[in-house]
Amino acid sequence: MADIDITTEALEHGHDHHDDHHDHESDKYRSSFISHYIFSLDHKMIAKQYLITGIFWAIIGGLMSLVFRLQLGFPEENFSWLKPILGKWITVNGEGMGSLDPEFYYALVTMHGTIMVFFVLTAGLSGTFSNLLIPLQIGARDMASGLLNMISYWLFFLSGVVMFASLFLNTGPFSGGWTAYPPLSALPQAMSGSKAGMTLWTISLVIFVASVLLGGINYITTVINLRTKGMSFWRMPLTVWAFLVTAVLGLLSFPVLVSAFVLMIFDRSLQTSFYLSEIFINGQALDHVGGSPILYQHLFWFLGHPEVYIIIVPGFGMVSEIISVNSRKPIFGYKAMVLSILAIAFLAFIVWAHHMFMSGVNPFLTNFFVIFTLIIAVPSAVKVFNWIATLYKGNIRFTNGMLFAVGFVSLFISGGLTGIWLGNSALDIQLHDTYFVVAHFHIVMGVAAFFGMFAGIYHWFPRMFGRFMNSTLGKVHFWGTMIGSYMIFWPMHYTGLAGVPRRYYRFDNFDSFAQFASLNEFITIAAILTFAVQLLFVINFFYSIFRGKKQTELNPWNATTLEWTAPIHAGHGNWPGPIPQVHRWAYDYSKGDRDFIPQTEPLNDWELEEEHNH
Amino acid sequence: MILLLVLAAMILMAVVAVQIGKVNELFASLRGEEKVELQQNRRTALYMPIFLVLFLFGCVASAVYYAPEMLGWGAKPVASVHGAEIDSLMTTTLIVTGIVFFLTQIALFWFAYKYSYKPGRKAAYISHDNRLEVIWTAIPAVVMTFLVVGGLSVWNSAMSDVPEDAVVGQDYIEIEATGMQFAWLLRHPGKDNILGKRDYKLINEANNQLGIDWTNKAGHDDILPSDIVLPVNKKVRVRITARDVLHNFYLPDFRVKMDAIPGIPTYFVFTPTVTTKEMRKILSEKPNWQVPYDPTDPESKMRWEEFNYELACAELCGTGHWSMRKKVEIVTQEEYDAWVDAQQAHYISQIKGTESDTYLSKAKEDDNKQLGEEAIPTDNSLSEVK
Ligand code: HEM
Ligand SMILES: [Cu+2]
Ligand SMILES: [Cu+2]
Repeated sequence: MADIDITTEALEHGHDHHDDHHDHESDKYRSSFISHYIFSLDHKMIAKQYLITGIFWAIIGGLMSLVFRLQLGFPEENFSWLKPILGKWITVNGEGMGSLDPEFYYALVTMHGTIMVFFVLTAGLSGTFSNLLIPLQIGARDMASGLLNMISYWLFFLSGVVMFASLFLNTGPFSGGWTAYPPLSALPQAMSGSKAGMTLWTISLVIFVASVLLGGINYITTVINLRTKGMSFWRMPLTVWAFLVTAVLGLLSFPVLVSAFVLMIFDRSLQTSFYLSEIFINGQALDHVGGSPILYQHLFWFLGHPEVYIIIVPGFGMVSEIISVNSRKPIFGYKAMVLSILAIAFLAFIVWAHHMFMSGVNPFLTNFFVIFTLIIAVPSAVKVFNWIATLYKGNIRFTNGMLFAVGFVSLFISGGLTGIWLGNSALDIQLHDTYFVVAHFHIVMGVAAFFGMFAGIYHWFPRMFGRFMNSTLGKVHFWGTMIGSYMIFWPMHYTGLAGVPRRYYRFDNFDSFAQFASLNEFITIAAILTFAVQLLFVINFFYSIFRGKKQTELNPWNATTLEWTAPIHAGHGNWPGPIPQVHRWAYDYSKGDRDFIPQTEPLNDWELEEEHNH
Repeated sequence: MILLLVLAAMILMAVVAVQIGKVNELFASLRGEEKVELQQNRRTALYMPIFLVLFLFGCVASAVYYAPEMLGWGAKPVASVHGAEIDSLMTTTLIVTGIVFFLTQIALFWFAYKYSYKPGRKAAYISHDNRLEVIWTAIPAVVMTFLVVGGLSVWNSAMSDVPEDAVVGQDYIEIEATGMQFAWLLRHPGKDNILGKRDYKLINEANNQLGIDWTNKAGHDDILPSDIVLPVNKKVRVRITARDVLHNFYLPDFRVKMDAIPGIPTYFVFTPTVTTKEMRKILSEKPNWQVPYDPTDPESKMRWEEFNYELACAELCGTGHWSMRKKVEIVTQEEYDAWVDAQQAHYISQIKGTESDTYLSKAKEDDNKQLGEEAIPTDNSLSEVK
């Protein structure tokens, strides 16, 4: 806190004054390359670091999915051309037919899931936007602790390094699925990836959790303590609400994941039996007795379910904000939006066993989890209705951010509705661990969260870099991704409804699952094209950082929120002058005869009068 | 080489992309940004309903196209009692969620189009509407209540164990399936209808993959068949176990799915309703089954002739997870009885009288002890075994 006060004081002096004190302050604000770009304490820079690291991981994770999709779409094809990249993981037979090693197929699937869920859609998403927007939108000069914030990023980086290193292990990276169920993950003899790969996977994720916790504590503290004068909770933009709730979810659930991993490490290295019992493997009966693999699943999903909301809730916030700004209308039912996020977050902690309906837990207990799970559909529906109602009678500008926000709502509807199928345990008997689940969670979480992220990037790109992304390329990117993702994931409902299990290396071993060969080709081709469209985004992103159209107005989208009151190239501390004060909520669009009224503007007489009359 | 080509293609694409973008920007600055932006906005707005129509049409058309292959709505009727209930619940759910899907997607894209920017128009300042919000909170709540109640009743009956007073062999039969990397090991209780005891420490790959404890007589008539064979219309309780890692006992056509867990046996109770032969007959009348089994070989048998129920694994268990297939045959009661008669118990064919015969060695030990004490064998069963 003291740190912040000094900063505040220093920056509240005007610009000239600032220069006078240059010497005296230079030790603190000396901006060498290293302190500015690498070990930066500035939340805006840390946000960019998260974002660019996230983009890096998204490309890696995406490429991985293309490789395993090639296997699924073209199992008879010769892949020896991949040999130069994948080396021994492509096995070439006598006739020169190269095929993807099943071990590596599973490693790719596992890494893809882990990378996307944790590195891209958790760190890359809330790391970026919580950092960028919390201080700027609540009127704070930085996070409560810039140091913890920096450490949080570098722990994330480190966990990435460890995970990346595991890709080059001789025994391969971990390959037991992103959920890492024991005994498969606990026994090095069960799968090659469960050897050193699993060790590094666990280490990486423990470091990752430390990063999430440091980040989360910071976000929560900042929101609670550093709101500017007038910024009461009920005046916060929905983005800030969303980031706050996300951080709370992470803080309460990630430690449980660590506990699951600690027991796992004990079982792996100290011969304890938390998860293991009566196992005979590789010609040997192990000594472990009395453990339960189901215990791990409880611990994992106690994180795992809140985790899916950690991924989607930032999207909720950003999409609400972007839809409201670009419809030139207040978000419909602001209070309902806040309450529904809170309700979803609360319920997220008591539904975890819906991932375990067919895991051998007591079927009677399942009843409660079905009830809680399906209750989540209610606040989710409220959110959707409110987004749609916000469009109603708006005056909509289709910026790229807005397009992705609309796409987000469409995807959230499509994927949320299949949640109602899966949450009903009776239907889950048929659907569990089939492609229907893959379709569900990719649409509702994977693609939707990516859409939230894209919306945020296009919308706040000027805030980050002082330039705009190219809007034509952005439109191509949007339509390509919208159409492409539906083409990839929609058909998976059908294969799932036909009973095709997920995590299969080939489908032709079963008559029941072999009939979709051409559909699988189609999906693979759609995936390749959709990935190519993402490269457009990457090009646009990096090109625009340096050469994009320059931002000339302070507030390019005519938004009410505080982030657009800071200078285009704001330094550390955000506002050179005093921190702006807030007099109203964030959604006064098209009120009276005004297009928008910034949060910083005191209530006008006519507004006071109106309020009085109500 | 290919790498280089890919790289070159990517660079080329990048250049083209950037150029397209630039040209558009240039165009915009020439023609006046606002005008171009307005035009673009109009065009994008128009894409909304176009996308909506294509999207919804694509959804319906593809669903209709693939429906014959789906479990509940396809050519194959469901083959178990509880499965029929699941299917009808699924149809209800499809209708309910389908309606919501259509209404919300239409509203979303239609509003996006209808309320797209027009110069001079002002958006309405509508911040909330309590009545509307209560209504659209209440409706999903009520609908969910119905789905939950319906779902739980199906669930609780589908998952119920056999009644406590049920007699094995009479009211139901019990079989066992054990997952291992990467195969299913099946066990049938034989004529006594009782599965013999097991101990994982007794497993040996040579002649006792399940670790059956031969000192327990119930196991002596246990059969280790290569396929599952079950009588139609008889309740079957599958005892599900695993030897090494998690597996999942999955019978798609019977809507059966349950994890197999080392150390913690699970079960699933179901009643098959359609024999394999009947199913082939039904399928012989369906167009999507009247095609060659092997699409590349027009001479091969028809798909329906080759139909078999299958057992699969539905929990990732390692590199061979995708290959754990077993055939499931549903037959009439008479055929089933004949089948059981024809099988030889594993103990009889592989164990009895060999070194592995712990029953015999234990009996001998006991014998010796008893001889020492009383000098007369008393247990009749001993002579039976010898
Ligand atoms: C109406 C709301 C939702 C309900 C009722 C629901 C229900 C379910 C259920 C029951 C499963 C387990 C299916 C199975 O494994 O058999 C599941 C899986 C999943 N859901 Fe949802 N869901 C909902 C919304 C969401 C949202 C919003 C997200 C993420 C943003 C999400 C992400 C996931 C993921 C990632 C999985 C699969 C995890 C895995 O097995 O790898 N779901 N959902
Ligand atoms: Cu969940
Ligand atoms: Cu398996």
